[in-house]
Amino acid sequence: MAAEILAEGVCYRYSQAPDMALKDVDLRIRKGEFVAIIGPNGSGKSTLAKLFNGLFVPTKGKVTVDGLDTRDRDNVWKIRQKAGMVFQNPDNQIVATVVEEDVAFGPENLGVPPEEIRRRVDEALEIVELKDFAQKPPHLLSGGQKQRVAIAGIIAMRPDYIIMDEPTAMLDPVGRKEVINTVKRLNREEGKTIVLITHFMEEAVEADRVIVMSEGYVIMEGSPREIFSKVDKLKAIGLDIPQVTELAHRLRGRGLTIRNDVLTIDEMVECLCPLL
Amino acid sequence: MPIIVKNLTHVYMPGTPFESVALRDVNWNVEDGEFWGLIGHTGSGKSTLIQHLNGLLKPTSGEVIIDGVNINERGVNLREIRQKVGLVFQYPEHQLFEETVEKDVAFGPKNLGLPEEEVTRRVREALELVGLKYDEIKDRSPFELSGGQMRRVAIAGVLAMKPKVLILDEPTVGLDPRGRDEILRQIVRLREKQNMTVILVSHSMEDIAKLVDKIAVMHKGRMVESGTPRQVFKNYKALASIGLDIPQVTHLMIKLKEKGKNVATDVLTVEEAEAEILRAARGKGHA
Repeated sequence: MAAEILAEGVCYRYSQAPDMALKDVDLRIRKGEFVAIIGPNGSGKSTLAKLFNGLFVPTKGKVTVDGLDTRDRDNVWKIRQKAGMVFQNPDNQIVATVVEEDVAFGPENLGVPPEEIRRRVDEALEIVELKDFAQKPPHLLSGGQKQRVAIAGIIAMRPDYIIMDEPTAMLDPVGRKEVINTVKRLNREEGKTIVLITHFMEEAVEADRVIVMSEGYVIMEGSPREIFSKVDKLKAIGLDIPQVTELAHRLRGRGLTIRNDVLTIDEMVECLCPLL
Repeated sequence: MPIIVKNLTHVYMPGTPFESVALRDVNWNVEDGEFWGLIGHTGSGKSTLIQHLNGLLKPTSGEVIIDGVNINERGVNLREIRQKVGLVFQYPEHQLFEETVEKDVAFGPKNLGLPEEEVTRRVREALELVGLKYDEIKDRSPFELSGGQMRRVAIAGVLAMKPKVLILDEPTVGLDPRGRDEILRQIVRLREKQNMTVILVSHSMEDIAKLVDKIAVMHKGRMVESGTPRQVFKNYKALASIGLDIPQVTHLMIKLKEKGKNVATDVLTVEEAEAEILRAARGKGHA
């Protein structure tokens, strides 16, 4: 059985919509990968995410999670246990009045025995670095902290895949960094497969692989360096590029010898020093 | 319409165990027609500060003087102040409620008791100011629009009141880059056309550095910096110490300077950085 999420020829149409929101998408998310999906609003990113754990079922084509077909209703619970989802608004995802109870909600529903729940909750809060907040009411936490509680709730269900639909869109820069650091740790230390949907390029840069969506199609796929070197193409579909990447691109256009895949300030300093 | 904030302190729930000081001795002068960016983290006091500017909150101590009037004095008509100082909250689209776009935008001016033709004229003008076509959109339900459009309709609702000062709290949060750029472009245009005073509350230095005349930085209830973007970014170490980023290109130039390169560090945009680096590279015979 393949350890991957596989989308083959996937189309999806919302009821009553005239057009397909997703068109012939073929994608493979391998276990252990950190994949970022970027694209403007309405490009199909969120739709795709919801197809990955069976919240939506393809209108055409198929999605399998570790070989389990999402169209088969008997697979739904198995799939949701394998692939957890984190959404944009932390306030909509928190159900309990105490942090640890919120984290326990998922495993409780899975029928996990109480001692095991205790163990999982402690471990999950440890991973998102909120152990000291276990007894706090969630409404007293910051946005970034609340989003980490939501992530802990998913971790406690022990999924292999965590799919995040713009988890930082409503957070301030501090909250965003907290969440992204947590995401990186989940991938690198806990071995979780991450699918991160985001508008923030500085987050996409952290991924192993970037997928670019536009108007329902996957239009580009590659390492962050490969993707962000295509400055003109990204701009044309209305996406941001890191400022230094754009600057490098412009300076190359003016005849300076600079790599076309600069992503960070330090790399840019390195490129420029011999020229200045 | 100048705004003067004098020794403003605000304490939430004073005398209770939940007492917290949200603003401490804030002093701020906003001149007529200026475009300000107000920056700071969540909890730094930005929202508390702007809610004082149209009398939604009353100072614990200190004064807010708008157009020469201390707005917290007895007998001041706050309705009039709120008409002059338009406040667009975060996620303003959550406040849309009417069946059609036209009715929603008309709600404010109608409540002012304006004649119908004047209301319609204002609605048309406000929608066009935010880049929406009146005839195409007036009869649609606000709830079937895209996120960016809904937000613009909500902003039009405030503009229809013809404020002299427009305050926007994080108007681009949650929008994609295109939606964000559209809203920011509209704000710049609005300001040019209407000669309004604009205060833009934001987390993002990169977004506002290129737009505003001046930046004020809030931290733990105090206004810790204020001045032109170039002046404020000079203190990048102080900004970094409170966790605020300066634009990437500004940071790049500072790092080059630290390496002993002869470059100006007061750049705010990619274009400015490009020009400055080309200048320096030409000096060395490259490019």
